[in-house]
Amino acid sequence: MNTKVTIAGVEFKNPVMTASGTFGSGMEYGEFVDLNRLGAVVTKGVASYPWPGNPTPRVAECYGGMLNAIGLQNPGIDVFLERDLPFLKQFDTRVIVNVCGKTVEDYLEVVEKLGDTEVDMLEINVSCPNVKEGAIAFGQNTCALSEITAQIKKHARQPVIMKLSPNVTDIAEMARAAEAAGADALSLINTLTGMKIDIYKRQFALANKTGGLSGPAIKPVAVRMVYQVANAVKIPIIGMGGIGNAEDALEFMMAGATGVAVGAMNFVNPYATTQTIEGIEAFMEKEKIDSLTDIIGCVK
Amino acid sequence: MAGKKKEWAKVVSQKQLAEGIYDLWLETDLASQAGPGQFVGLYPRDKSILLPRPISICEADRQLNRLRLVYRLAGQGTKEFSTYKPGEETALLGILGNGFPLEAGIGKKVFLIGGGIGIPPMLQLAKELQAKKQILLGYRNDQLFLRDELAAQGEVFVATEDGSAGTRGNVMDIISEEGLGAEIIYACGPLPMLKAIKVYAAEKGIPAYLSLEERMACGVGACLGCVCKTRETDHHSHVNNARICTDGPVFLAEDLEL
Repeated sequence: MNTKVTIAGVEFKNPVMTASGTFGSGMEYGEFVDLNRLGAVVTKGVASYPWPGNPTPRVAECYGGMLNAIGLQNPGIDVFLERDLPFLKQFDTRVIVNVCGKTVEDYLEVVEKLGDTEVDMLEINVSCPNVKEGAIAFGQNTCALSEITAQIKKHARQPVIMKLSPNVTDIAEMARAAEAAGADALSLINTLTGMKIDIYKRQFALANKTGGLSGPAIKPVAVRMVYQVANAVKIPIIGMGGIGNAEDALEFMMAGATGVAVGAMNFVNPYATTQTIEGIEAFMEKEKIDSLTDIIGCVK
Repeated sequence: MAGKKKEWAKVVSQKQLAEGIYDLWLETDLASQAGPGQFVGLYPRDKSILLPRPISICEADRQLNRLRLVYRLAGQGTKEFSTYKPGEETALLGILGNGFPLEAGIGKKVFLIGGGIGIPPMLQLAKELQAKKQILLGYRNDQLFLRDELAAQGEVFVATEDGSAGTRGNVMDIISEEGLGAEIIYACGPLPMLKAIKVYAAEKGIPAYLSLEERMACGVGACLGCVCKTRETDHHSHVNNARICTDGPVFLAEDLEL
C-alpha cells in the first residue's frame, strides 16, 4: 500500500497536512500526535516582523463551524528561524511555511530569509480576510495575484504554493492567473468571510466585526472549489475546508486534491490528523487501492 | 507530568446549586494532574457546536480520580452539560492552563477573591493553600453557592449586588467596610472586578494573581484566539500578547494591561 504523493517535486509520505493557523508550528499539538506521522506541518503565517494581531474576542462559534479573526499574530521570521524551524526539523515530516505580508516587499523578505533553510515548500497567504493591509488584497483580483506570484517565484528557492481565497466570484480564474504567473501548486480554500451578532448585547461577536468561517460548515463549498480548480489548472492542489476524518479527506482527493489539510477540526479533535491518516490506510485496504495517487481526481 | 489528553470522563453526579449554576462531578484520570486555577475543555456531544468549553476546576480529588466543575449556564453547550446524568460519558480535554502559584502565598495573610462564576476555582485553592485565608465572595443575590464549603477553609466575607446578604456592593466594598488587609491576592471573576483588584494591589504594593477568561478555540496555545495584553513583550509571541489558555489563565496583575 502506497500512501505517498508528490507535489511540485516534493514527495510526502502521505497527503495529510495541517492547515495554516490551526497548528502553530507543531509544538502544541506535538503533545497529542506524533508529528512524524504527518505528511507535512504547514505553519501559522510568518511575516517579516512580529505582528500583534487583532483585539479580542477573536473567535466565535457558529452552526457546524467557527469564525476567527486572529489577524495573523506571529512572532516574525527571525524567531521562526531560531525557535520554530529547529523544533520542526527534529521530525520526519515535510515543513511548509505559510508566508504573509502587508506589502510585496514584506513577503519577499520572508521568502529570501527562508531561501537557505531546510524548509520544503512555501505557502503564500494571499487570502487571509482578517487584516486590513496585504493578504487577501493580493488574492481578490487576477492582476494583483499574478504580480505577487511572479515576484515571489523570482526570489523563492523552494516550490511555491499560492493559497487561494474562496471570497471571489470565480476561483478558477484566480487559479489560472496564479498558474500562469508561475505558481508550482495551489492550496484552497482559506476561510469564507462571515459575521455573527450577539442579539442580547446588540454587538458583533468578534471585535473585528467580520471573521473567517471554517469547519465542517464550509466543506461542501471547499470540495466544489477544489473540483473546479482541478479542472482549470494542471498544477497540483492541496485541499482544505472542514476536513476532520478520512472520509472528508478522500472526498477532496477524489475531487482533485493531491494533498489535504486538517484545520479547525484539530480544535475539535486534537488527534484528527493522525486519525485521518489511519482512516485513509484502512480505506485503501478495504477498497484494494494500491497507490493513493490512483484516486486523485477520479470523480469527473 | 503526563501531557494533555482528550479522553472520556464519566459523570458521577450533578446538581443545581443556584439559579443557572450547576455542580458536576466527573470521574477521569486527568484529575491526578489537576491543580487549583487550572481548567478543562468540556466537549458538547451536539456536533453542531464544535469547540470545547473552558471550565475551571472547582475541586480535584486525586485519590478517587474525580474532578468537580461548577459552571454557569451560558449557552447551548453548558445547557447540554446541565442535562448530564450519572453514568453518562463526556469528552474532556485537559489539564489546561498554568494554575495559581501556591508557593507565593504560603504562611501569608491572603485574600482569595471570587466574583460570580469566578468563585468555584477558589475552593480547590483554599483547600491547598496553607495561609491565613480571608475569602471574599461577590454574588448577585442571596443564592450564595459554595459559600459554606469555602467557610470551612477560611474566614469568608460576602458581598451581594442587591444587598440581600453581606455587604451591599462588590468585593472591593468588603475590603473598605471591614477594614481588611492582605500581603497577597488570588482572584478570579469578571473583568471590572479584576481591574479594581489590579489598581488596589498596585496601591498597596502587593502581588495579585488574577485568573482571566476569554473566548477560546483550541485551548492548547495553537490558535492564538484567547490572548490578553501584557505590559512586556511576551516570550512566546514576541508581541505584547500572552495566551490565556497556556501562559495563563493566571497572571500577575502587574504584568497585564487590563
